Amino acid sequence: MLKIEDLHVEVEGKPILKGISLEVAAGEVHAIMGPNGSGKSTLAYVLAGREGYEVTKGSITYKGEDLLEMVPEARAAEGIFLGFQYPVAIPGVSNIYFLKAALNAIRKHRGQDPLDAIDFMKLSKEKAAIVQLPDELTKRSVNDGFSGGEKKRNEIFQMALLEPSLAVLDETDSGLDIDALKVVAQGVNALRGPERAMLVITHYQRLLDHIVPDVVHVLIDGRIVRTGDKNLAKQLEREGYSEVRDAPSL
Amino acid sequence: MSSATEPIDEILKKSYDAGFVTDIEQEYAPPGLNEDIVKFISKKKQEPEWLLQWRLKAYRRWQQMSEPRWAKVSYPEIDYQDICYYAAPKTDKDAPKSLDEVDPELLETYEKLGIPLHEREVLAGVAVDAVFDSVSVATTFREKLAEVGVIFMSFSEAVQEHPELIKKYLGSVVPVSDNFFAALNSAVFSDGSFVYIPKGVRCPMELSTYFRINAAKTGQFERTLIVADEGSYVSYLEGCTAPMRDENQLHAAVVELVAHKDAEIKYSTVQNWYPGDENGKGGIFNFVTKRGLCEGEASKISWTQVETGSAITWKYPSCILKGDDSIGEFYSVALSNHRQQADTGTKMIHLGKNTKSTIISKGISAGHGQQTYRGGVKIMRGADNARNYTQCDSLLIGDKCGAHTVPYVDVRNSTSKLEHEATTSRIGEDQLFYCRQRGLSEEDAVSLIVNGFAKEVLKELPMEFAVEAQKLLGVSLEGAVG
Ligand SMILES: Nc1ncnc2c1ncn2[C@@H]1O[C@H](COP(=O)(O)OP(=O)(O)OP(=O)(O)O)[C@@H](O)[C@H]1O
Ligand SMILES: [Mg+2]
Repeated sequence: MLKIEDLHVEVEGKPILKGISLEVAAGEVHAIMGPNGSGKSTLAYVLAGREGYEVTKGSITYKGEDLLEMVPEARAAEGIFLGFQYPVAIPGVSNIYFLKAALNAIRKHRGQDPLDAIDFMKLSKEKAAIVQLPDELTKRSVNDGFSGGEKKRNEIFQMALLEPSLAVLDETDSGLDIDALKVVAQGVNALRGPERAMLVITHYQRLLDHIVPDVVHVLIDGRIVRTGDKNLAKQLEREGYSEVRDAPSL
Repeated sequence: MSSATEPIDEILKKSYDAGFVTDIEQEYAPPGLNEDIVKFISKKKQEPEWLLQWRLKAYRRWQQMSEPRWAKVSYPEIDYQDICYYAAPKTDKDAPKSLDEVDPELLETYEKLGIPLHEREVLAGVAVDAVFDSVSVATTFREKLAEVGVIFMSFSEAVQEHPELIKKYLGSVVPVSDNFFAALNSAVFSDGSFVYIPKGVRCPMELSTYFRINAAKTGQFERTLIVADEGSYVSYLEGCTAPMRDENQLHAAVVELVAHKDAEIKYSTVQNWYPGDENGKGGIFNFVTKRGLCEGEASKISWTQVETGSAITWKYPSCILKGDDSIGEFYSVALSNHRQQADTGTKMIHLGKNTKSTIISKGISAGHGQQTYRGGVKIMRGADNARNYTQCDSLLIGDKCGAHTVPYVDVRNSTSKLEHEATTSRIGEDQLFYCRQRGLSEEDAVSLIVNGFAKEVLKELPMEFAVEAQKLLGVSLEGAVG
């Protein structure tokens, strides 16, 4: 589904990603772990097409197409979803209105009819229940005045509604209490399926107890230094990044 | 590729849907302004002598006045002798008596603008007066309104049919010599709408006037007068469009509102005059004087405006809160894109006791647009316990536009309470990216963010028009980011 080859990315002239190669097949969940500033969010943004992230070398192929040729909204329409590390607020725009506009834009791209208000509300209720997002939050302005945990829950709610083929979740677990973590993990697991792939960025093994990854990558200073199975995450937790970087591959 | 922090500033072309010209035979006054032209207009309208004298007095005052220059707008000098002061579609009859007699070309014009003049059509709950250049060409639902005693007709007809009301109220809120443009309007005003709501009547439908400038080199000088008698209620809306032309055209209107005891007037404007092209060529110069008098106790006047058009906007819908316990409100969204300049705001003058006013102003600047909020709150000596709340927010799109806030406060009574809040924000690259990541196009994203910003004001508009206004905000910003 996703193939990244020798990807080099600069931000304001500063090299951040220094040759990343990664392949994610449909149905797989990959975790990316790495210290602060190693380039995890940068990778997520490049996948979603954010401006200001200049690809100086390498390629990204998504569903057989050159992803780097597509504008962000086209990538979204083709099924790429980014759960933001820091979701932004849009004052005055209700969550539900925002999502209806988004969903219908994506449906239009796919040649489907827009959902009317009634069908949309039904769908939205169903999805909000999955992440136990209170009704009140679906009506409030997008992320405006939401607590850190509410914002993250809202990201998963949006993901559930938009049903992406490739979900990139950037530290969706940070800021969540233990119960919320379970709820979010349930939401993510509910979406797992043979047609979908996920890239889960996290600092903590505990998320991976709930969302069990097929593959774990360790990203340090813009390079993937180790790749392994779920046990690599456990080793990281025990030993820290420097040990893992220097140790031979499992 | 621009960096994440670089402002969004690329300007593309903007579309203006209402920019077509109706090809119709028109009758013009020769260009220029003198006493003969004033007499010509008055005669065309078969006006009584007193009104002609009123116009001439205004004309003489105007000659002694000079254009106000305090607003933060710059424009080439207006040659008042190069403007036509009267243009009207030619008809065989004096005025069409029913809709069937209206020129089909005109009906089609309004149809294209989304204002059907057939009473059976979609906007069944809205009565429309259609003003085309200098004359009213049709007024719908007149009979139905007359059943409950509501008078809704063109100003010219009202002069004939209700001279006593016109004589009593014309110039009672905006005196002839109030300002340069009001004096000019008083001398040459051609048409507009007149509304009278009798005592205790709640007007059963929305009233609206749709102004269209069509003729080239012609100014539009309309006059609107709304009187709400004791305990009555009316909601009125005006809309404005004009063809795309390379020359600037002058629009100088006067609107007067009078609310008697316990009466309420809700006046909404969706102003979409041609704004000029992206380089600032053409567009309407919109110099408008709007004022409401809360004459009676517990009366209320509420102005809501969505200003997206015009090359220059100079307008300050105001309230004189004379009656005790009266209320004045001003809700405004003004948008300046490309080279548009808007200097707009309000004045709230508190005379009566326990008077209250609310000002919510939302300014949006994009491109090289310049936007000034100019607001005055005056609490006079007798206005015990007066209250004012002012909120003034600016949203910037790109880094070549400007937003300015000029609040004046004059308090002469120590029991009053005033609150003022102001914010300035910029549409962030992060907000846009968030929206696009969810599948929205960049333009839809801007429109969504802007509508969110303007929501507090848009919700004050009558339902039928809120959706239109939202779309308009989106369309007016087309090409504001790139
Ligand atoms: N706009 C920018 N200008 C300059 N440097 C930037 C910019 N954006 C990111 N960087 C730098 O790129 C590096 C990688 O940042 P990134 O956000 O991808 O890290 P991360 O792995 O997600 O870290 P964290 O775990 O803290 O979220 C950091 O050193 C950061 O300072
Ligand atoms: Mg990060």
